[in-house]
Amino acid sequence: MLDPELRELYQQVILDHNKSPRNFKKLETANRTAEGYNPLCGDKINIFVDVEKDIVKDISFQGSGCAISKASASLMSTVVKGKSIEEAKKIFEKFHDLITGKLDEDESIEELGKLAVLAGVKEFPIRVKCASLAWHTMLSALKNEDKTVTTE
Amino acid sequence: MIVKQEPTVKEIKNTYDVYKIREDFPILKIKIRNKPLCYLDNAATTQKPQQVLDTLNKYYTSMNSNIHRGVHYLSGVATDAYEEARIKVKNFINAKSGKEIIFTRGTTESINLVANSFGRSNVKEGDEIIISNMEHHSNIVPWQFLCNEKKAKLKIIPIDDNGEIIFDEFLNLISDKTKLISVVYVSNSLGTVNPVKEIIEAAHKNNIPVLLDAAQSVNHLPVNVQKLDCEFLAFSGHKLYGPTGIGVLYAKEEILKTMPPFMGGGDMISKVTFEETTFNELPFKFEAGTSNIAGAIGLGSAIDYVTSKGIDKIANHEADLLEYATVRLKEVPGLKIIGNARQKSAVISFIFDNIHPHDIGTFLDYEGVAIRTGHHCTQPLMQRYNIAATSRASFGLYNTIEEVDILVDSVKRVIEVFNA
Repeated sequence: MLDPELRELYQQVILDHNKSPRNFKKLETANRTAEGYNPLCGDKINIFVDVEKDIVKDISFQGSGCAISKASASLMSTVVKGKSIEEAKKIFEKFHDLITGKLDEDESIEELGKLAVLAGVKEFPIRVKCASLAWHTMLSALKNEDKTVTTE
Repeated sequence: MIVKQEPTVKEIKNTYDVYKIREDFPILKIKIRNKPLCYLDNAATTQKPQQVLDTLNKYYTSMNSNIHRGVHYLSGVATDAYEEARIKVKNFINAKSGKEIIFTRGTTESINLVANSFGRSNVKEGDEIIISNMEHHSNIVPWQFLCNEKKAKLKIIPIDDNGEIIFDEFLNLISDKTKLISVVYVSNSLGTVNPVKEIIEAAHKNNIPVLLDAAQSVNHLPVNVQKLDCEFLAFSGHKLYGPTGIGVLYAKEEILKTMPPFMGGGDMISKVTFEETTFNELPFKFEAGTSNIAGAIGLGSAIDYVTSKGIDKIANHEADLLEYATVRLKEVPGLKIIGNARQKSAVISFIFDNIHPHDIGTFLDYEGVAIRTGHHCTQPLMQRYNIAATSRASFGLYNTIEEVDILVDSVKRVIEVFNA
């Protein structure tokens, strides 16, 4: 029997996104890219974004990472597609509160939609970096910063 | 590494009672989430026996004092205990004299000492230093600092897919520009036991000194510096069942005499005026400031412990664990072992194509199994295998066959979840 805490972290949706990540490719039409790096585990991620008039028209990613980081990147790509840069930033803030346990219980997490499956991360502080690497990298790409993002 | 001769092995097995040994380690009794601790991260650090803990306690409760200076009773007692620990280290690695044993903070500081003292006074522009592709960052970065400062070059011995040094390529790297060869004795990531005797012989034919990073060897196999004939050997106390923050640099006395001090301060001087300083004799010349006195004495106690169990017997026990773990892990579908050298220490790194080491580490943690996941401070080695990380199980003198079973069963459960 899998421990409930562990089951909460590794939900079926996460395992599914890990196995078949969405938008896992190099985006040929990308006009903004960024590389993310977690020096603790050596994980790397490349984010490709096609931005048009402040809207994330398309987004993809490539790289290697654990199930948490891969699923987070995959879910992120599906969630922010079609959103404005401002909206993407707001979603990340809320998502970050969720995985660091700062989101109030009564506060609705509905607007996070599918991202709520990553709520289990809050019980594993050491894995917050895994879940947030893709997001930091995406924000860097949106800012058009030409540098490697690290979790440190 | 141990050459097995059947009758001897059986005798040894009969006298090595791992379950009795486990009684000496209080931490092995604790539970992790209601599961018994299965500690398989010994290459990172080892647990401490009660004997070492008692020694530390005794030092601080009845001996604590500064050494080499005080005229009072306690200072004498502490100095004697500290110097006695130095002799224990000397005997443990069979150095010629206590003057050749320098206490440091650990392997990293030992290597930095050599790079800063021997390196900066012997390496010039255009010179070369040879290391291998399987070095820990602690045996890479100090040499990069030195090479950058001196405009010297770092040469890398390539390794094959099994994780063995390609010896012919090593020989080709040696030139009249080579000023030092610094290699790891036992790889922390792969478990490879390098042919250090042959490396040293080849180096000496060309009058090149050799430093051995022995952090992963002194705890697993008998190390005899006179037999090896290495110029330098570095190791840490905490991987030898001793305290953290204490380590050793062994160096041949004739070389130490030519080396300038690494750090300046108290205890390393014999006379100081504002105009000049005369340095203290060996080994104190290299031990500036108040040493980790308790750590050194604790390390001496750890050496007593390991010696009383017998390093040959420990090596045999660990060889059995390695053999069994290798066979059992190979049962696991999709598991690939990284590092298949012919001579291996009890370290197994493994990967899966579709499961990241960190996920394995988290799942195993819930089974009470402590392993290491990541690059193990050997990023160039990971690049050599084109991987980001591995899962690594590393065994110590107190690990059991049953713990290998727990490891394998736990890994099997992870893949059931991931491949469902």
